[in-house]
Amino acid sequence: MKEFKVTPIRNGTVIDHINVGMALKVLKIIGVKDDVSSTVSVLMHVPSKRCGWKDIVKIEDRELDPKELDRIALISPNATINIIRDYNVAEKFVVEVPNVIRGIMKCSNPGCITNQNEPVETEFVVESKKPITLRCIYCDRVTMDVAEHIR
Amino acid sequence: MMSTTFRGMDVVSIRDFSREQIEHVLRLAEKMVPIARGDERSVILEGHVLGSLFYEPSTRTRLSFDAAMTRLGGRVLGFDQPTGASVAKGETLADTIKMVDSYCDVIVLRHPQEGAARLAAHFANKPVINAGDGAGQHPTQTMLDLFTIKKEKKKIDGNHVVVVGDLKYGRTVHSLSEALATFGAQLTFVAPPSLQIPKEHLKAIESTGHKPKQSSSLEEAIKDADVLYVTRIQKERFPDPAEYQKVAGTFRIDMNMLKDVKKDLIIMHPLPRVGEIAPEVDQTPYAKYFEQAFNGVPVRMALLGLVLGGVK
Repeated sequence: MKEFKVTPIRNGTVIDHINVGMALKVLKIIGVKDDVSSTVSVLMHVPSKRCGWKDIVKIEDRELDPKELDRIALISPNATINIIRDYNVAEKFVVEVPNVIRGIMKCSNPGCITNQNEPVETEFVVESKKPITLRCIYCDRVTMDVAEHIR
Repeated sequence: MMSTTFRGMDVVSIRDFSREQIEHVLRLAEKMVPIARGDERSVILEGHVLGSLFYEPSTRTRLSFDAAMTRLGGRVLGFDQPTGASVAKGETLADTIKMVDSYCDVIVLRHPQEGAARLAAHFANKPVINAGDGAGQHPTQTMLDLFTIKKEKKKIDGNHVVVVGDLKYGRTVHSLSEALATFGAQLTFVAPPSLQIPKEHLKAIESTGHKPKQSSSLEEAIKDADVLYVTRIQKERFPDPAEYQKVAGTFRIDMNMLKDVKKDLIIMHPLPRVGEIAPEVDQTPYAKYFEQAFNGVPVRMALLGLVLGGVK
């Protein structure tokens, strides 16, 4: 059997310390779909000294901007981002929850107008960052279960 | 100064208004009363058109907006049910709004979906007034309720307001309670446990610095009430019809219930009522619900005048 290894990447972004089980949602949040032209590696359920178990996502040849990455904080507030250039960590930072969330999530209220077939992006105001509490700007419904409502 | 803040403003949620702005609307509404009664004439909105989009049935709200616009010299176009409209053909609300926006100067919207008015405001250039969006907000109802209390009791702060009925799903109750607390009224919520005020609303009210009381006994709460605000308990909220009958009976206001109340108590109800208040109560000086329904006209006149820039 061929041994599968995830090797260090030359250029790109490594998202580390993702809450275990959330890696696929992270891909969704940052919009990694079938149109990517380089390798994306997803490691799930990896032992971690810091938090027991974690997930890791590595995206080659793409540097995600901090704003894009901050959305990850919604489902994984302790995730760390490593920007890799020529095999070296050029930048490293912890994600931060933004004040407003547009798109990416649907409103938890089935009666909300944004859950109808309307040409509008959802928008939430972050009312609290710990625990994460979002309020829909359309129907005012407050959601705490963020992972459940990511599109 | 105030006119620049109101002109073109959307009226989506009572939370969008400061206390000073609400007070300004109430003062202006008072001046509109003789015009609303037909004793005086006004043409301040002559040449203006109101687009009235009612996706749900409504009697008072729709007619009072029509009356308000007409009394100020403006015209109304629109529909009172979406059947036959392009809505029935599957048009999105966003598209309907964009179209109506080009036909009129102000849009009044009643819609079954929560957040519909905010969405309409997003797509319209003209001001949007929320006439109720599902279980969400109904800001003009809140304003006319505040207006009624102020008119009858001369002030809002310091009054003990007992709110009874369906406090869980009642659309008018939540925004009214928050506004009353902001104005410094003391609140008591009376409801069967299954229909008590939801925790998040209680929290919002408490954040104003006032701690409301909760009770399941109307007889007790009513004794030192200055205002009794009654709402309809909806039959469909109860899986067991017998349970509904029991609850509805307990919270029915009749002459017997009013034996020990304050002399200057006022009873309000957003209407329609279905047996919550006995008809004989209508003849008492306590009953103010028909005045309350009338007050919808001057309050909506004030709002229309302000957002269209006809008054300051």
